[in-house]
Amino acid sequence: MSEGLVWLGTPAFPQAAKKALADTQLRRNLGKATGTIRDKRLRVCAELDDWEQLRDSAAALKLRTLRHLPRYLEQLEASVTAAGGTVHWAADAAEANRIVAELVKATGEREVVKVKSMATQEIGLNEALAAEGITAHETDLAELIVQLADDRPSHILVPAIHRNRAEIREIFRSRMPDAPADLTDEPRALAEAARLHLREKFLRAKVAVSGANFAVAETGTVLVVESEGNGRMCLTLPDTLITVMGIEKVVPTFADLEVFLQLLPRSATGERMNPYTSAWTGVHAADGPSTFHLVLLDNGRTATLTDQVGRQALGCIRCSACLNVCPVYERVGGHAYGSVYPGPIGAILTPQLAGVGHAASLPFASTLCGACYDACPVKINIPEVLVHLRAKEVDAKRGRRTPTVESLLMRAATEVLASPERLRLAQKAGALGGRLVGRGGRIGPLPGPFHAWSDTRDLPVPPAESFRAWWQRTHPEENDR
Amino acid sequence: MRVALFITCFNDTLFPETGKAVVRLLERLGHQVDFPLGQTCCGQPQFNTGYRPEARPLVRRFAEAFAGYDAVVTPSGSCAAMVREHHPLLAADDPGLRRAVAQVAPKVHELSEFLVDVLGVTDVGAYYPHRVTYHPTCHSLRMLRVGERPLRLLRAVKGIELVELPAAEECCGFGGTFAVKNPDVSAAMLADKMRHVLDSRAEVLTAGDNSCLLHIGGGLGRLRTGVRTVHLAEILAATEGEAR
Amino acid sequence: MSSRETMLGRIRAALADVPPEERPEDVQVPRDYRRSHAGTGADVLDRFAERVADYRATVRLVAEAGLTAALGAALTERGVRQLVVPEGFRAGWLPTGPFTVLADDPQLTVSQLDAADAVLSTAALGIAETGTLVLDAGPGQGRRALTLLPDYHLCVLRADQVVGDLPEALERLDPRRPLTFISGPSATSDIELDRVEGVHGPRTLDVVIVTE
Repeated sequence: MSEGLVWLGTPAFPQAAKKALADTQLRRNLGKATGTIRDKRLRVCAELDDWEQLRDSAAALKLRTLRHLPRYLEQLEASVTAAGGTVHWAADAAEANRIVAELVKATGEREVVKVKSMATQEIGLNEALAAEGITAHETDLAELIVQLADDRPSHILVPAIHRNRAEIREIFRSRMPDAPADLTDEPRALAEAARLHLREKFLRAKVAVSGANFAVAETGTVLVVESEGNGRMCLTLPDTLITVMGIEKVVPTFADLEVFLQLLPRSATGERMNPYTSAWTGVHAADGPSTFHLVLLDNGRTATLTDQVGRQALGCIRCSACLNVCPVYERVGGHAYGSVYPGPIGAILTPQLAGVGHAASLPFASTLCGACYDACPVKINIPEVLVHLRAKEVDAKRGRRTPTVESLLMRAATEVLASPERLRLAQKAGALGGRLVGRGGRIGPLPGPFHAWSDTRDLPVPPAESFRAWWQRTHPEENDR
Repeated sequence: MRVALFITCFNDTLFPETGKAVVRLLERLGHQVDFPLGQTCCGQPQFNTGYRPEARPLVRRFAEAFAGYDAVVTPSGSCAAMVREHHPLLAADDPGLRRAVAQVAPKVHELSEFLVDVLGVTDVGAYYPHRVTYHPTCHSLRMLRVGERPLRLLRAVKGIELVELPAAEECCGFGGTFAVKNPDVSAAMLADKMRHVLDSRAEVLTAGDNSCLLHIGGGLGRLRTGVRTVHLAEILAATEGEAR
Repeated sequence: MSSRETMLGRIRAALADVPPEERPEDVQVPRDYRRSHAGTGADVLDRFAERVADYRATVRLVAEAGLTAALGAALTERGVRQLVVPEGFRAGWLPTGPFTVLADDPQLTVSQLDAADAVLSTAALGIAETGTLVLDAGPGQGRRALTLLPDYHLCVLRADQVVGDLPEALERLDPRRPLTFISGPSATSDIELDRVEGVHGPRTLDVVIVTE
């Protein structure tokens, strides 16, 4: 495994998925939540008759940024520094964790409040801080649920999507010391309990850690998009703010945000705008933190950038629309993907961040139905990257002394299909074999390698005469063509 | 107009009736169809599973077999998408092949596209007195963007009772080798698709791709649901007196 | 070698396919999306009111002559006792009523802000299409904590401060100021992806628009 990408050590996707599929409560929770959000998203996106133009613009902006990333990062560094912030560069997770831990220790504090951030989850910051004796309090409601339950996030935007209200009530009652005794499973009551639980932590916090949705190269402005106000609390009340962001989050100009701020909330929660977006530029006199650190994180991103097809995954703005429309994600949930990045985007991001050979089953965890590509607000062609990564995976195995069974089958298939005559002969043989095992025109359950298909599906018995044979019989005059 | 039929290896081997239906239908509409015998497979299974070198000889074979036709019609949205979208990519490193693919690929049409866009017909004179629901397969829907074309063709069929399929646009879980590599997820998706088919109370499920129909039909058959799967071409080819 | 040099070196190596003479502006960015979806003139104000209301915040349109009374009524209705009023809030707009006014001079502590019932502020602008208020710490808005800790936020906006949509809003904003985009009260979609209002930020938001 690549150093630095949190990897849960779960089994390969098909096995993990099988386990998840058996959890009927999980299936119900996921089905309800993704169904709710899908309808809302379609409704608000349909309000904008220029949605496709916005997507095209966003895709082009991401392309421009990635192709000229050094320039934008240096510009960002200069503008943040000029505005009173300090910029750090972290080549991998270990370095990022070390930088943050040292910055916290330098304040003399032993606890931090955190805004939900994928980058800090990816590097396992909370665990690294704990090893240094620093307690990190997650303040996003869903992250709090996950943290209290010693659970793992299963969705990019809604990390506790695999839990329903009744389960969340139980987690609060058993794990949250100040939860009211008469707590109900009403979402409003659960949100209120979280408010009371975290209030005092916000008021006393001296150090906060956040991620960033966007950082503007031109001005040094950093943005956090959120809903609950926990972000505003963390970004405003403490003396010290440490923001960890992947290098791909930079955008060229402040005006470019007009595209992304229209696309992101609608794609994420199906709202025209999320309740709160905070934007700050360095430090502001007598308003908010007096010390601001920005940690720029690589951790596999430059390796991803090397791949001219795969690099488009770095355009991701973490909206989760692809998860919510994915028929595979909807049925198995996020844990089966074994990464903080689940769903279709995770299936192309995780193997790239971790390196070929790791997470080898993820590019195959898709039917290539294309719903993710249609939903993506920055037009990442996820099916294209999936197929590209499959080819890389297959090519990586080609050098082996013993070829895989699959590769032998594929090669044999090409041998047959490369010649119409060989195909004709194979069809005759297949029709004969099919009639031997078939009953009443159907082939039922089969043993051995065929059982994966035939466990739940019949196969038709191949007809005695292929189309090709029929045509040659009925159009003899054309057979010399 | 010289029209060639691209039957696809899958239909050729397992569903010859679909190919015969396309021939019958086009001849009824006054068009002669050729079947170039040099054709085999578009290479989609290899390409989608990551075996690009194995797919390339099939791209070459396809371009050679169908060179010179004004139009190539195929009863498979998935294979049409493979040729139009991915053959150019597989041919990129070979200038000769690239030129050949650039000639042929844009002329490949899925059946409903061919009928509506190329021939300009929606009423093909079919008769099919059954309760039918339509599953828009993913590649027809999202790669070819065939949209309403199959439904416009079906609505013009005499005697048909067309009923809506709930959650129609959701994938059936086939996905080529996905059904074998991830059999449990595939079966879960199939179960939901079958539930929607049964909820529609249709007696026939149709689509523009026999691969998806094989998958859904295989599940419906195993459960003895009594719902048949029939390719769109076979419905459009059916006429009074011979309707099955 | 520093990590900075390491990372920039890796990025340059990764982008070997980008011609050295290519400039960022050579990557064309189409900009044919709309500057606004909210129509023009009076439509904009109607759209703003409708969209703010969608978030379960209230919007009232009042003439300046009736403003003080409207603000006083809103505060009384919500039972406000301790009201934070940021510096620069126009004295002539300040209502009187059964509440104490807290000024942020000297700076109020977080405990004082937490104990306050409400904040009465202005805003930099409003965005009609998304029903958003933008605060930029200008006169009558104060530092960010003032509009965050009190549980009730009453915000006054002049009609001419409402723009149609995000592109128009960003044109008018200064990124060197701390900016807060507010669309309705605090909310969460974390439980079953269903939106509920009221978590950490103000749980109640009322907007009053001064029409002339």
